[in-house]
Amino acid sequence: MINTIWIVLMAGGILVAGFQCLGLDYSSAQGLVMTPSFVPLTELTKGLFDSAKAAVNLAMGLIGIMALWLGLMKIAEESGLVNLFARAVRPLLVRLFPEVPPDHPAMGAMVMNIAANMLGLGNAATPLGLKAMQELQKLNKVKDTATNAMATFMALNTSSVTFIPATVIGIRAAANASNPAEIIGPVILATGVSTTVAIIAIKTLQKLPKYRMPAVAQEGEEV
Amino acid sequence: MFQGVINGVSAIAIPVLILAIVGHGWYKKVKVYEVFTEGAKEGFNVAIRIIPFLVAILVAIGSFRASGALDLLTGLLSPLTSWIGMPGEVIPMALMRPLSGSGAMGIVSELINTYGPDSIPARMAAIMEGSTETTFYILAVYFGSVGVKKTRHALPAALLADLAGIIAAVVVTQMVFG
Repeated sequence: MINTIWIVLMAGGILVAGFQCLGLDYSSAQGLVMTPSFVPLTELTKGLFDSAKAAVNLAMGLIGIMALWLGLMKIAEESGLVNLFARAVRPLLVRLFPEVPPDHPAMGAMVMNIAANMLGLGNAATPLGLKAMQELQKLNKVKDTATNAMATFMALNTSSVTFIPATVIGIRAAANASNPAEIIGPVILATGVSTTVAIIAIKTLQKLPKYRMPAVAQEGEEV
Repeated sequence: MFQGVINGVSAIAIPVLILAIVGHGWYKKVKVYEVFTEGAKEGFNVAIRIIPFLVAILVAIGSFRASGALDLLTGLLSPLTSWIGMPGEVIPMALMRPLSGSGAMGIVSELINTYGPDSIPARMAAIMEGSTETTFYILAVYFGSVGVKKTRHALPAALLADLAGIIAAVVVTQMVFG
């Protein structure tokens, strides 16, 4: 998918610029007038090189802010603050996942994954999330089909419950934004909307006949 | 009032969080300085690791924009997006966000670079980046890791959430910064 988008952007741009080199003018009084020139293509080439340079400048500017944030997060991990935070969101998760026993390892992994996501710790969140999926799979009776708990966990993950979008703040700071952190409030609001929609959607859709768990599971349970 | 609250949250979030982290670390007798520098080392790696993705996306979008192709596309889609208040420049971001995390970050960077970090398109894309996720990637990796093939309602629900997140980002940006 990303490959298709990339080639469309890259080649599409070059082809459009090439077409403009013909210098076709439909609105001219003499009918169709052609004034060929290489300017659109040389401009494009210059633009490509400028973009490549800008990418590296941006990444360089990001180093300091990322170092600051990851340093702070390391302290929060060592001091147990991330754990404390996880304990705070636990009661909420227990209600969202009625199928998962509260003391099951899956619950612990999910709690930690969501806590890490909230703090913008994407790298720490992924291993915890994968661990949670493995634990949820142990509770699954139809191994190739997602359980309600898995789907709910995925909805929470993809709707991105974020408090501190650290990387974006870093990019804004690197580009000398007047107030890089000003997006935190709006992000919390927007993420609240998407997470609410995700939970409503998942809990509503799972009742539809189309998305029901295969019957094999129930029969297997009775035997 | 609404703007004041939102801006207030943005203003105090980082200082309060830093104070809480450092204070709690000191209280728990963590060697704050040593642990901080240990974590900070990772920051360098993260920034370097994203360079290839940034170059790929910035150059591709640069090609699309410099040639005038982007103007053609936004011209086509803008009747739809202007209805919810989304500027045409942000359309590529909304399309890219569920597909590729590095791609979306590249577009945010590109908008910041082209229009300035305090412009509406750059702010809107930044808020979108913060409030939505790479849905297809996450579903593929997470379900793939345990061999689940039938994902049932997970994808439709996640895409609905993305749509809600994108619209919410547009509306909130217009309300706070518009």
